[in-house]
Amino acid sequence: MLGWGVEFLRAEMNRLLALLFHQGVLDEQFLQLQQLQDESSPNFVSEVITIYFHESEKLLRNLRLLLMERELSDYKKMEIHLNQMMGSSSSIGAKRVRNVCVAFRAASEQNNHAGCLRALELLEHEYCYLKNKLHELFQIEQQRALASVVRYPARHN
Amino acid sequence: MASPSMRWIDDGCNVDGGNPGLTREKLFVLVVADDALVRKVHEKLVSKLKVAKQVQTQTAANRKEALDLHLSGSSFDIILMDMQMPIMDGPEATKELRAMGVESMIVGVTSVDATADKEAIVEAGLDECLAKPLTAEKIKYLVETLERNK
Repeated sequence: MLGWGVEFLRAEMNRLLALLFHQGVLDEQFLQLQQLQDESSPNFVSEVITIYFHESEKLLRNLRLLLMERELSDYKKMEIHLNQMMGSSSSIGAKRVRNVCVAFRAASEQNNHAGCLRALELLEHEYCYLKNKLHELFQIEQQRALASVVRYPARHN
Repeated sequence: MASPSMRWIDDGCNVDGGNPGLTREKLFVLVVADDALVRKVHEKLVSKLKVAKQVQTQTAANRKEALDLHLSGSSFDIILMDMQMPIMDGPEATKELRAMGVESMIVGVTSVDATADKEAIVEAGLDECLAKPLTAEKIKYLVETLERNK
């Protein structure tokens, strides 16, 4: 029964990952990130993703503040935030978020305020979706790790 | 201000054979990026690649830390320079390093089109410019270029 649990959870993880790849939410860079995790840094992926969430939310807040200004003139500042979000998103394989950043940047370069607002809403939506799915993935991973420990408890003589 | 982190990574080659593909004894890489995520990922990527028998990585969060490292006597084979740091961008930091006499391979790492402004890249003194995400293949290409130009 416990063995079935571990395998079931592993299948669930793979199913979710396959879905996210199929939807274009993640790309192969996410797999590269997973490959960087090893015994010397067993929580590497979750640490990186935690930094990503923290930094992205700061950037999204800043972008929203800039766009809420009645007379937006600081498109340059917006581009700096977008470049950072593009860079970090591509580094973790967050393909759809990165693509929206590219479109957002294009609107910013044209000083297109309405276009930037639409892009920001889409960016916030894509980011939220990504965050929820990654949380789901990590929860399954935690359950799988726990199930493995229960299945193979340490022996104490 | 965070102090630069330094890691020595031994690739764990066994005494008898080692990795037959490795020609370099040591590789020193500096990752300059204001974004903590980029520093973490690039440092790990470099340190995990078996492109030398020993790989040492350091990170710097800004231009000043990068310059201070060199002023304190550190030198590197490859400097991965983020191109979009807000305070002083990558090309400006590169110009300063070259003015100091730094001869390392300096590679710009950019979030936008890596070929967009080749003239500016060359003028700044960068040897290469690569688009994010950095991958194992891209790092290996840099090391191979380093070996060819030795």
